[in-house]
Amino acid sequence: MLHYLIEKEFKQFFRNTFLPRLVISLPFMAILIFPLVANYDVKNFNLSIVDSDKSPYSGELVRKIESSGYYRITDVSATFDDALKSIERHESDILLEIPVHFEKELVREGKATVLISSNTVNGMKGGLGSAYLSSIVADFNSEIRSELMQVSRGRQVPAIEIVPMYKFNPQLSYKVYMIPAIMIMILALVCGYLPALNIVGEKESGTFEQMNVTPVSKIHFILAKLIPYWVVGFVVLTISFFAAWLFYGFLPVGSFVTLYVFSSLFVLAISGFGLVVSNYASTIQQAIFMIFFFVLTFIFMSGLYTPVASMPEWAQAISAFSPLKYIIMVFRLVYLKGSTVHDLLVPFAALSGFAIFFNSWAIMSYHKKN
Amino acid sequence: MKQSLPTDIVLSAENLTKKFGSFTAVDSISFEVRKGEIFGFLGANGAGKTTAMRMLTGLSNASSGKGTVAGYDINTQSEQIKKTIGYMSQKFALYDDLKVWENIRLFAGIYGVPAKEIAPRTDRLLRQLDFEKERNTLVKSLPLGWKQKLAFSVAIFHEPSIVFLDEPTGGVDPAARRTFWEMIYQAADRGITVFVTTHYMDEAEYCNRVSIMVDGKIEALDTPGNLKKQFNAQSMDEVFHQLARKSTRKAD
Repeated sequence: MLHYLIEKEFKQFFRNTFLPRLVISLPFMAILIFPLVANYDVKNFNLSIVDSDKSPYSGELVRKIESSGYYRITDVSATFDDALKSIERHESDILLEIPVHFEKELVREGKATVLISSNTVNGMKGGLGSAYLSSIVADFNSEIRSELMQVSRGRQVPAIEIVPMYKFNPQLSYKVYMIPAIMIMILALVCGYLPALNIVGEKESGTFEQMNVTPVSKIHFILAKLIPYWVVGFVVLTISFFAAWLFYGFLPVGSFVTLYVFSSLFVLAISGFGLVVSNYASTIQQAIFMIFFFVLTFIFMSGLYTPVASMPEWAQAISAFSPLKYIIMVFRLVYLKGSTVHDLLVPFAALSGFAIFFNSWAIMSYHKKN
Repeated sequence: MKQSLPTDIVLSAENLTKKFGSFTAVDSISFEVRKGEIFGFLGANGAGKTTAMRMLTGLSNASSGKGTVAGYDINTQSEQIKKTIGYMSQKFALYDDLKVWENIRLFAGIYGVPAKEIAPRTDRLLRQLDFEKERNTLVKSLPLGWKQKLAFSVAIFHEPSIVFLDEPTGGVDPAARRTFWEMIYQAADRGITVFVTTHYMDEAEYCNRVSIMVDGKIEALDTPGNLKKQFNAQSMDEVFHQLARKSTRKAD
């Protein structure tokens, strides 16, 4: 009996003018475009310079900043107030004031001050902009000091230089961090939300009730809904892996087998979640809002955008209940670090728990009879 | 499929009741339907017809009372009942985005018609309905009258012992209604019991026996001829109006 139902679901899926195209193009679009736009590698700060000193050293500092590649000097003002106006006009994001006697104080007293002031309406951008600028100034400072001291004392200055070594994501590329998470979002969409909407759609059209007066058992009905989307989900996941390699040459350090194993667990959990939603919603509108509510919570609590470790403690506690958190963690670890199932026992247990929890709930809340 | 029952009663209800909170939608109804009979189940909107039918078809649990369909208990054996009945609801319930033959194949498969019989029986059915040209048409592009005929044919494709029709001819033109009733007669001749709700009183005249529900209770149950005599009326329409006047429930 099951094969008649599955056959029907596949016919309906491929006859839909919209779904098959969406499913094929989504991974390509998402993996090509999302990482390009969802990016914290801030570049092209517009910098306003107030150089009241106009000395060789101040000129050197400005050149050093310019050559860093992060800043575009869009404004050169005579006074701090003028520079501030250019920030107000949105012509610059950050300003650097080099005071009069900058060079003289630097040479004579061995220290000088500069003022960095940034527009923090966008806190992220303002913070990063001034942090980069401070580190350039600090770098400049240490160069000048060693140069001056060599002149005065004629010997090397012992200095501690910290050279960070970034493991697993050496370019600190945000893209590489984002792509595994995007793959998961797509998988959740195809295997969790689409079947839920499909079931609620049958409720709306009346065919659900028609099915309930037939001998189709609830387990057959549900399996027939899920199996086609599971198949489609794994096709889409494979396309995602392919697209990541095609566009970015991005391949997991760990094994694909690990990824597929964890994906299967996650798919079980998220389709269970979808079934729970479909049991409580009687219209597509209700279902969409229920999914929207939970998915938004799951995503913000998952560490997709901001690391879980940076959340307040109460939020970290809540994030333990987001299945997305574990699978995104697994994908990032397998892709970047090459973790194996052995290293990932905690997410394995968590995802299994979610799969059991959601599916039991779904079975208990499904009523063929009322 | 022949049912080997001690009597020829296919459906029975005994003090069947459904309560929603303090509201009694179906109030202790009792009746019997015999094999091969066309049983009209009438009542105004909100009288409790659909609720009663949902209990008999296993979609809804009875609050109290007993019932059997095809020899199975509606309270405990609803899954067995579902194998031996056909059902066609007022809300048209074939799949719009499947073709005519695909709908037939799906429901035949679900009801356990053997796989190799499905194709020849589909051919025969389409020939009888004069539907051969529409075999590959999506159901959503069929006219309503045709859809209803198809839905009825699908509901009896697996030769159920009883078929439930919930306002099958709503919104259909008189000519299509007539051919629809011809199909109902053919099914009854083959021994399929027909349990039908309708709002058209001319259709009530076509039934072997009719019951009329008012405010959750069955107020009258007999052949159309006897009912007209009993209420001293010219037509079933008049009988219905006399009974419906007693209703204290607001129609929806």
